[in-house]
Amino acid sequence: MDEHRSLSVTPDRYLTYRYAGASGDFNPIHLDDEFARSVGLPSRILHGLWTMSQVARAQTEAGGGPESLRSLEVQFRGMGLPEREITISSTVREERDGELVIRCDAEQDGKRIIRNGEAVVRPAGGA
Amino acid sequence: VTRAVYAVGREKVREYAYATGETDPRHLDPDSARAAGYADVVAPPMFAAVYCAPAIGPAVLDPEVGIDFARMVHGAQRFEWGDPVVAGDEITTVAELEERSERGGLNFFVFRTISTNQDGATVSEGRWTNIVR
Repeated sequence: MDEHRSLSVTPDRYLTYRYAGASGDFNPIHLDDEFARSVGLPSRILHGLWTMSQVARAQTEAGGGPESLRSLEVQFRGMGLPEREITISSTVREERDGELVIRCDAEQDGKRIIRNGEAVVRPAGGA
Repeated sequence: VTRAVYAVGREKVREYAYATGETDPRHLDPDSARAAGYADVVAPPMFAAVYCAPAIGPAVLDPEVGIDFARMVHGAQRFEWGDPVVAGDEITTVAELEERSERGGLNFFVFRTISTNQDGATVSEGRWTNIVR
C-alpha cells in the first residue's frame, strides 16, 4: 500500500438527491437551494456522511474491500458543495500488527471539509 | 435509550453503493458476493449511517435531550466495524446520549450507537458528535 494516496471525486448536480434517497436524509439544506439560502448557506450542501463515505471508499479501494476498514473517525468542517471536485488525501502514519493507521482528509476549493480523519485499515493481502 | 431494528435489503445496499460511487461487485452483484463468501451483497462500511438512522434520529430529536435542531451541526463521527453486513441481515441498533458538554459557547452532544446482527454479533459501534450553536 502506498504511503500517500489521493482519490478525486466530483459529486454531480443530482448526487444529493440520490444520496437522500439512499440514506433517508431528506433535510432540505441538501435538496433545495432556496431553502438553503434562507438559512444562510451559499446553496444546497452535500451530506457530511456522503463525504465521509468517500473518505471510507478511498480506504477500502486501497485496502482490498469492505472488511479492510476497521474504524474511521472524522471531523466535519465547513460544507461541501455539489459539482466541485473533492480530493481525499490519505497518508500512512503507522503500521502495527498487520494494521495501518492512516491520516486522511477531504478538500474542496482549497478548504478542508473533513479534517483530522483517522482510519485503521487491515489490508486484505496483509499490511 | 432508543432501539430500532433495520432489515437490510439487497436493492437498498445497491442503491447506497451507487450513490456513494462504489464499483466493487461485492456490493452490487449477488453472484460476485457469493463467490467472495458472502450470503448476498455486502454493504459498504458507511452503510452504518443508514441502518443506525432509525435509532439515532429519535435519540437526537428526543425532547428530553432538548437539542435545537435548527442550530445543530454534525461536528464529528466515528465508526468502528465488526462483522460485515449483508442483504438479508436484521440489524438492531441501540442509541443513547453519552456525554453533554459546553465549550466556548457551543454545546456538544455525543451519542453512542451499538449495532448487532440477528446472530448477536456486533457489526458497528458509532460515536456521533453534534454541536449546537
